[in-house]
Amino acid sequence: MTYPLVVTRRMTDHPADSHTLERYEATSGYEQARRALTMTRDELVEEIKTSGLLGRGGAAFSAGLKWSFLAPARPSYLVINGDESEPGTFKDRQLLERDPHQMLEGVIITAIANEVHHAFIYIRGEYPKPARRVQTAVDEAYARGYLGKGIFGSDYDLEVTVHLGAGAYICGEETALINSLEGLRGEPRLKPPYFPAAKGLYMQPTIVNNVETVSNLPHILAMGSEEFIEIGHPLDTGTFMISISGHVNKPGNYELPHGLTWRHLIYDIAGGVPGGREIKAIVPGGASAPWFIPEIHLEDQITKDVCAEAGSMLGSGAVIVMDETTCMVRAAERIVRFFAHESCGQCTPCREGTTWMEMILRRIEEGQGRAVDLDLLLDVSDGISVGLAWPPKMTTICPLGPSAVSPVLALRDYFRDEVDEHVKMAGCPLKKVEAHA
Amino acid sequence: MSHWSEATQERAREIIARYPQKRSAVMPLLYLAMAEEGYLTNEGMEEVARWVDITPAQVQAVATFYTMYKRRPTGRYLVSCCTSISCMLLGGDDVLHAVEDESGVPHGETGADGLLSVEHVECIGACGGAPAVQVNYELIEGVTPDKARDLVRWLDTARPDVVNTDEMQELFGGVRSFDWAIREGEGAKGPYPAFQALGTVGREGET
Repeated sequence: MTYPLVVTRRMTDHPADSHTLERYEATSGYEQARRALTMTRDELVEEIKTSGLLGRGGAAFSAGLKWSFLAPARPSYLVINGDESEPGTFKDRQLLERDPHQMLEGVIITAIANEVHHAFIYIRGEYPKPARRVQTAVDEAYARGYLGKGIFGSDYDLEVTVHLGAGAYICGEETALINSLEGLRGEPRLKPPYFPAAKGLYMQPTIVNNVETVSNLPHILAMGSEEFIEIGHPLDTGTFMISISGHVNKPGNYELPHGLTWRHLIYDIAGGVPGGREIKAIVPGGASAPWFIPEIHLEDQITKDVCAEAGSMLGSGAVIVMDETTCMVRAAERIVRFFAHESCGQCTPCREGTTWMEMILRRIEEGQGRAVDLDLLLDVSDGISVGLAWPPKMTTICPLGPSAVSPVLALRDYFRDEVDEHVKMAGCPLKKVEAHA
Repeated sequence: MSHWSEATQERAREIIARYPQKRSAVMPLLYLAMAEEGYLTNEGMEEVARWVDITPAQVQAVATFYTMYKRRPTGRYLVSCCTSISCMLLGGDDVLHAVEDESGVPHGETGADGLLSVEHVECIGACGGAPAVQVNYELIEGVTPDKARDLVRWLDTARPDVVNTDEMQELFGGVRSFDWAIREGEGAKGPYPAFQALGTVGREGET
């Protein structure tokens, strides 16, 4: 079965050289950037709004609407978020590495639509190869006059700077990313007042868009929003990249329309579970997302709304499958450890809470758990995410802390017996593995 | 007075010119300082502070925030083993143990001969090719414990001047997150990412 491809079309048809300028231009590359120069801001914003394109960085907010919020003050800036670091997510890496010009054309279109003359592409530090590919593409575009003074022979100037991160997940949060780009610690800013559209980079109006989001733009302009809406689900238009990993036979990135079922994704597209084993849990949208279990969710449609109704999110499109051999305490510990490590430390509930949660989960896994530990975990979680509601009521500046609560809720809702068994047996009932770190 | 070579100073000037405000150049300059001395020294941070007109304390506040700025002597080869959720599910911890065992270097430490540093890291965006390892941030996907041992022995005997992701993937890798397509020769010369944003010159500084 095949589905229409948009952002991975070129790399699928031309695997050997999809990243080169020659291939890009031979496949209609930069035609839409040229066309965008002939369109007004209102026309461009309206087209993207109509297309229904939602941000692909995790928050799934209307890209066109986001643009329309940009304050009129100048200069304004564009920042492309390529700080992909959510455990389970590796889609932007492929888009950056395999089709950098596609992203760059999206950058040019976004810049024109928002009257931006300096754009920054922020790529996570652990992605040197994608960064090299993007820098090469930027250099080629400068050499051709597609970037710099008077792009494509117009009177429009656009500078692009590629910026490398240095190992901090929190910089994927847009205001932390802006601080990082300003040469500060990557700590999120309070919203309000620091909405990037009003007070962003250097306190100027700033658009922050994800790599996959802008990679869609040349295609939306080329096919028109009508056709883009036809692909996928009416409420969640176009395609989206799913990164699937963990216990599946064919892990990888898949560009798919919205609205397929989890069963179809895992069993038909990703080849099912190795050894024909049963699925125990699914993380549907990156490590931040509350978990699903197959008994309840396997037939659900993969859309933003269905996911939200089921108490979770599609997030960054990272699906992690865990089979029946997986210890849920260990898996929870690993995800919570991530958030404890990546907490920026500004807000006490997150800084202290995630650290305590990690320690409690580890002692349960290592056989030193107490009967009250699950309640203690929930109590600490409640301190970070009041009422343990979804979406979370936050006690923190950003959602990192509340994200760490998701695995604990899975233990409470679906795997309480497994936690109790750890305590009773003074160890892991599934497998005794030496915990690390 | 700068302690850096004239070539490095020229690169520092070029980097600063790429940003509207010079403080934004702190991160790339910290990498430059690491490339100069192999890790981030106090002198390196003071040098960066002078270039962007902030205090050494302000530079240190940034440097300590990010895991990739190494403020202690780091091996010629930094071996980073991912043990986040997707890699853990497929044996990332076993790969880490194999690296530690074969090299004799526990995670978080550097061998006495200064050749290898070993660390376990959080997600490096290679979950479809789990478990994953990086050497000086050059990626290898689909690593087994046996291949990890081979990798450590290779680093010890071959001692490549440049480590390259494509070469190491062929020698020690397995399943990948996606088709990597063509092979490239660029790679890392030390325990910092092999990337220089110097191909084009941005706008003149506005401040």
